Amino acid sequence: MIDIKKLTKQADNKLILRGIDLSIKKGETVAILGPNGAGKSTLLKVLATLIKPTSGLVKINGLDLKKDHIEIKKTLGYLPHSSLLYDHYSPLENLVFFGNIYGVKNVEEKAIQLVKEVGLSFFLNEPVKNFSRGMIQRIAIARAIVHDPEVLLLDEPHTGLDQGAITILNNVILSMKDKGATTLMVTHDFKQAAEICDRIIIVKNGKIVDDFKMERHNLGYVSEKYELQVEGVS
Amino acid sequence: MNLFRTALLLAKKDLYSELKTKQILVTQIIFAGLVIVVFSFAFDPANNTTKAVIPGVVWVIIVFAGILGLNRSFISEQRNDTIQGLFVAPMEAASIYLGKFLANFIMILVVELVSIPFLFLLFDFKFFGSIPYFILVVFLGSFGFIAIGTFLAALSANSKSSEMLLPLLLFPITTPILIGVVQATRIILTNMEKFSSALAWIQLVTAYDVIFFVICILLIDYVLEV
Repeated sequence: MIDIKKLTKQADNKLILRGIDLSIKKGETVAILGPNGAGKSTLLKVLATLIKPTSGLVKINGLDLKKDHIEIKKTLGYLPHSSLLYDHYSPLENLVFFGNIYGVKNVEEKAIQLVKEVGLSFFLNEPVKNFSRGMIQRIAIARAIVHDPEVLLLDEPHTGLDQGAITILNNVILSMKDKGATTLMVTHDFKQAAEICDRIIIVKNGKIVDDFKMERHNLGYVSEKYELQVEGVS
Repeated sequence: MNLFRTALLLAKKDLYSELKTKQILVTQIIFAGLVIVVFSFAFDPANNTTKAVIPGVVWVIIVFAGILGLNRSFISEQRNDTIQGLFVAPMEAASIYLGKFLANFIMILVVELVSIPFLFLLFDFKFFGSIPYFILVVFLGSFGFIAIGTFLAALSANSKSSEMLLPLLLFPITTPILIGVVQATRIILTNMEKFSSALAWIQLVTAYDVIFFVICILLIDYVLEV
C-alpha cells in the first residue's frame, strides 16, 4: 500500500529525514512515535504531498508520489494540527465544500451523516468559529474522511480532545480500518496508540529506530520499547 | 475539466464567504465612495476641465480597491491553515489560482458596477463616447490587473509584510496595462475622434493580458510549492 525507500528531506542545511525505508500493508493501523523534532510530522507531510522530498521514492497504491500526485491525493485523508476548516462556514458547508472538491456523490447526505457520526448534529448549521477546540477537532475528523479515503494520515489527532471525542475518533479510525483503510498516526499518546494500532514505529533523528507489531494492546510494552530507543533525548 | 470544476468550486466558496462576512466588498465599495467624494471636493464638477480627471479617477478606484481585495485573497486561507486543505485536495495549483482569480475578478466588477455610475452621477458627466468600448476597456484592464495581482498575492502571502510587498511588486509589472487603459479610457470618454489610437492601446492591453495570464498559470505551481 505505502512503500517508502531511502526518503530524505533537507531544510536549511539540516537533514530532517535521513533515509526512511518503510513498507505498510493495506488495512494496517500504524502509530509513529518519537521525541519532538524527530521528523514524524515531516514524514506525514511528505506522504500528504504537502512537502516535496529531497530524495527517495514514495509509492502509494503503486503510484509514484512525484508523478501521480493528483491520483494519490484522491486516496488520502489528512488531519494535521490545524482544523483546515473555514471559520465562518458551518460544519455542513465545510464538509460539502471539501466533498465537492473530492467529487463525492450525494455530498450533502454524506456530510449530514458524518456530522451525526461525530455527535454534532445539533450544530449542523452553526458557524465553526463558535465551536470549542474539541468540537472543531470532531468536524476536522469528519472533513478528513468525507471522501472515504484509502489512506488516513493523522497528526496528533487526540490532542485537546475530551474522553467522548477520543472515543468517537477511535471509533472512526476502527470503522475506517474495517472498510480496509490504512491509517498512519503521529502521536505522543501511547495509550491511544496501544489501544487502536497494530504496529508501532519509533522515529528518532529522522530515522526509524524501531518497528514492531502490537500484541494484546500492551501499553507497558510500548513504553518500554520507547524508553529504550529514545533514552537520552531531551 | 477537473481544473475548471475545482476552480469554480473555489471561486464559489470565496464569493459565498464574502456574502457571509462582507469584509472585502464592503471595504472596497466604501473606499471607492470615499475616493469619488474626495475628488468631487477637489475638482469642481461644473468646470469642463474636470472631465479630463475622470479617466484617472476610474482607474484609481479600480487599482486601489482591487489591491484591498487581492491582499485578503490568499491571507484569508492562512487562518486554520485552510490553504493546506486545498494543497492536499486533488486539485492542481492552477485550479487554486484560477478560482482565486475568478473570485477577485467578480468582486472588482461589482465594485466597478456600483462606483463608476456613482462617479459619473456625482461629476454630472455626459457620456458622448462609446459605452461598449468603455466597458471593454474596463473589463480588459481589470482582467490584467487582477490576473497579475492574484499571482503576486499568492507569492507575497507568506511574507510578514505582504500588504506592503504586494503593491511594490504589482505596480511596476502592471504599469503597461495601467498606461494603456488610462489612455484608452481618456480617448473613449472625451475624444472619440482619436479612436484608432484607443484601439491600439486596447490591442496592447489585450496582448499583455493574454501573455501574463498564461505565464501566471504556468508559474503558479512554483509559487504555491511548499
